[in-house]
Amino acid sequence: MLLDRRRTNALVGQGASILVTLFGLLILTFVIGRIMPNDPVRAIVGEDATREVYDRVYQQLGLGRPVWEQFLLYIRDVATLDFGTSVRTGQPVLTDILRVLPATIELATFAILFGALVGVPLGVLAAVNKDRWQDHVIRVFSLMGHSMPIFWTGMIGLLVFYAWLGWVGGSGRMDQFYIGLVPERTNFLLIDSLLARQWDVFASALNHILLPASLLGYSSSAYITRMTRSFMLDQINQEYITTARVKGLSTRQTIWRHAFGNIRVQLVTIVALAYGALLEGAVLIETVFAWPGFGSYLTANLLIGDMNAVMTCVLVVGVIFIALNVLSDILYRVFDPRTRA
Amino acid sequence: MMTETAPRPETDTATATATPRRRRTPQALKTAGTLLRFLMRQPPSAFGLVVLALLVGTAILAPVLATHDPYVQNLGETLLPPSGAHFFGTDELGRDVYSRLVHGSRITLTIIFLVTIVVGPIGLAVGTAAGYFGGKVDIVLMRVTDIFLSFPSLILSLAFVAALGPSLNNAIIAIALTAWPPIARLARAETLTFRKADYISAARLQGASPLRIIWRSIVPMCLPSVLIRLTLNMATVILTAAGLGFLGLGAQPPLPEWGAMIATGRRYMIDSWWLVTFPGLAILAVSLAFNLLGDGLRDALDPRQMHKR
Repeated sequence: MLLDRRRTNALVGQGASILVTLFGLLILTFVIGRIMPNDPVRAIVGEDATREVYDRVYQQLGLGRPVWEQFLLYIRDVATLDFGTSVRTGQPVLTDILRVLPATIELATFAILFGALVGVPLGVLAAVNKDRWQDHVIRVFSLMGHSMPIFWTGMIGLLVFYAWLGWVGGSGRMDQFYIGLVPERTNFLLIDSLLARQWDVFASALNHILLPASLLGYSSSAYITRMTRSFMLDQINQEYITTARVKGLSTRQTIWRHAFGNIRVQLVTIVALAYGALLEGAVLIETVFAWPGFGSYLTANLLIGDMNAVMTCVLVVGVIFIALNVLSDILYRVFDPRTRA
Repeated sequence: MMTETAPRPETDTATATATPRRRRTPQALKTAGTLLRFLMRQPPSAFGLVVLALLVGTAILAPVLATHDPYVQNLGETLLPPSGAHFFGTDELGRDVYSRLVHGSRITLTIIFLVTIVVGPIGLAVGTAAGYFGGKVDIVLMRVTDIFLSFPSLILSLAFVAALGPSLNNAIIAIALTAWPPIARLARAETLTFRKADYISAARLQGASPLRIIWRSIVPMCLPSVLIRLTLNMATVILTAAGLGFLGLGAQPPLPEWGAMIATGRRYMIDSWWLVTFPGLAILAVSLAFNLLGDGLRDALDPRQMHKR
């Protein structure tokens, strides 16, 4: 009973802190969109609008009212999921975002798979061979991934693997002549093309996602490698590993079954956080690969100062981040028996 | 309050505080020397140091090292491949890519410098205040920090630049606005460890104001780790600045900022590979240097590591 109450208290506390963070997020987007010195009206009406049109939009946006009233209105809008209309596309911002998000999720999911498949084994290898040449090579390799300007890597990748070698598809999600062939059901192209049994579209999509996803994954593998290495080092230095060795287990068994088994939980949370960080790289790499996703949408709106769309995009990213944090917390609790009191 | 800073009559306390301070400088120098030697002994961090020294040297000597004026267009010599006359070729307006890169190092250094002097003080102020006062102040300040931390820094800076208008200065402001939270976190953690220390209590009993305690007794103690953390973050700062430049939200043409150079070179990339390759390599070298150096510093400050070698 007592334990249960403590648990509910902790849950309530966590819920409250999430709410406070969300509220802070709203303040931040509000300040960016409405208070900082750009002119939201100009972005909507254009440079050569008449005074009348300008004033009408000014009133519509509620910019004449006191700031706190504007903020309350903004909160009301957000609470009713009314994020306004994008000036550039003429559609409600939320519709736009929901349409472009699957492309980014597809890209990010492939990237994180790649990042984890490369990063985790390398991290283990580096930990086992600590301070030997393997460790140094892996360290430099993963720091390289962390240090590359991803938009540049993307261009060089396109130049080498697409223009010169022709191994992968170029920009976009599929070859030009396939566009529009597949009925949009989920907006996840790989899933849609499978559902429609369009194998050549599926192949083309796979061919196109390979390069951007692996570059993005490489950049995130740096973080995963580093964390895996340090988690493994913590384990390897413990006595139970010595015990395992003394009782005659092979190195492979000790490392993979005993030490690695104990860091799985931590790794899951790390990968969840790395997934969120991928969004950042996605913004840049989508621009390079003309990938019609969230990043391309955000940058297109940034460049013309479409603040409704920008505010909402920032809000969405913030919410995704908070959600991933909560998720990694939950995963930790579910998988780690010690946290179950 | 003001009398606090005015010189006071010679008392025991005045001499007591003066003596350790006079001794501190050589000690700090000695530590810095040891640190430097430790960093130079390992190839990765030595590489980082050398690259950064090269960057500073290039920035200082830019007019001497550059073979051409970075802004002068020569429409008779557009898109020339690398050669003896143009080490890294020329761009679409016939400008010398090598000279533009050399002058671009000044912009990179400016970004590093400005971000450091903005982020350091903000982070220190927020962190030490939260740590020293505790209670409600701590909760509020750390909540704000968490909100900023809950964003990927590039996306937040993108939004700030969109609101402020694209320019190099606004890009620097935007980066600084997103780079302070980790510093504040660190300064708070450091402050918490010696908030209850005897020398702080002594200062308080002597009637020092909180501001004076934070400034004279806490900030100096936080400074080393904050500086190291800033070094570690600098790679991210460089990449964010380059990313903003690439998207057209940072430095504007004709400024020879490396990210912006890549953006303009992109259109001619297929035929003129040198336009994007060299600026990209420059960004990569500097950010890798900061990462390697940061990695080395982290090892150096881990006492177990330092004495083992």
